[in-house]
Amino acid sequence: MKMTWKGLLPLLIFSAMGIFLAIGLTKDPSKLPSQLINEPFPEFSLPDLFDPETQIDQTYLKGQVTLVNVFGSWCVACDLEHPTLRRLAAANEITMLGIDWRDTMEKGRLWLERGGNPYDRVAFDADSILAISLGVTGAPESFLVDHTGQIRFKYVGPISDKIWRKEIKPIVLALEQEMEATP
Amino acid sequence: MSAKHAMRAKHERHSLQSPAICRTLMFVFISLFMSLFMNMAALAQTMSDKEVEARAHEVGSALRCVVCQNQSIDESDADLAKDMRKLVRFRIRQGDSNAEVISYMQSRYGDFVLLKPPVQSNTYFLWFAPVGLMLVFLIWYVVRTRRTTMQLEPEPLSSAEMAQFKKISKKENNT
Repeated sequence: MKMTWKGLLPLLIFSAMGIFLAIGLTKDPSKLPSQLINEPFPEFSLPDLFDPETQIDQTYLKGQVTLVNVFGSWCVACDLEHPTLRRLAAANEITMLGIDWRDTMEKGRLWLERGGNPYDRVAFDADSILAISLGVTGAPESFLVDHTGQIRFKYVGPISDKIWRKEIKPIVLALEQEMEATP
Repeated sequence: MSAKHAMRAKHERHSLQSPAICRTLMFVFISLFMSLFMNMAALAQTMSDKEVEARAHEVGSALRCVVCQNQSIDESDADLAKDMRKLVRFRIRQGDSNAEVISYMQSRYGDFVLLKPPVQSNTYFLWFAPVGLMLVFLIWYVVRTRRTTMQLEPEPLSSAEMAQFKKISKKENNT
């Protein structure tokens, strides 16, 4: 029987499909790329968790590099991340703005009393107003905001010591250099 | 001017017919009327709850719930989807068009939040591959069938072959 290239066609098509599907498998569909990189942090005005009479807004982010961290007392992965954030706070590594998301004030405060409060300030977002304008899909999610109030980096999922050291700290240092370079 | 005349004039100024009071009353009357009309205009502008609901469903069924991913926010029970539904209604009440609400969500969550992917350079393959494949198969089918029909039509016999054929058929007929 004569072997022709046509006989190989199904195999070729199948392996091409296999390669594309294999690439697809390596991507986590729950991690969406952020639309907001290099965009100004969305405007917001939310009550301070510890002082509901006063409001926090986006002007708080100007003048320093800030880590904005979305959490909630209901969020299991936030428990995992919390010790790292506390170590960062203890070492005075970065200004941290917490966003207590889809929570009650009592539960949010209690959670921070129990685990310790690493945040410089905490904004209370019960109705996902800021969370949706940030494109948040789950907690924890973290954003690095530069001194001009622009979002420069987004991290989805709990930050570990290693992830901080290897992925986030270098960006923080670069952003701080950028800040010092501009008068 | 007599004294009587002057008194009458003074009297008239205070009565209802005096032009100053008349003007004031007219003014009050007209402004009341206008405020009524303005009110009606405002009423016409605010949408009925029914209308907001209908539009919120329309928008909600076009947006993907980013937590459960294969449901629209209109169908999903996820908390974030609930808040998104709230936001959609709020924005519609604020006077956003359906397209504006959807493009706001798209600006926050990307194309992924749209259940129907937009036709743009990175989705051309997605939209046109099925049609393209069908065309390819159609062309392949046509070419193949035409080739086989062409093959079915034999070449006419040369004169030598014809002679041979006649010889054979004669022999066969004889047996």
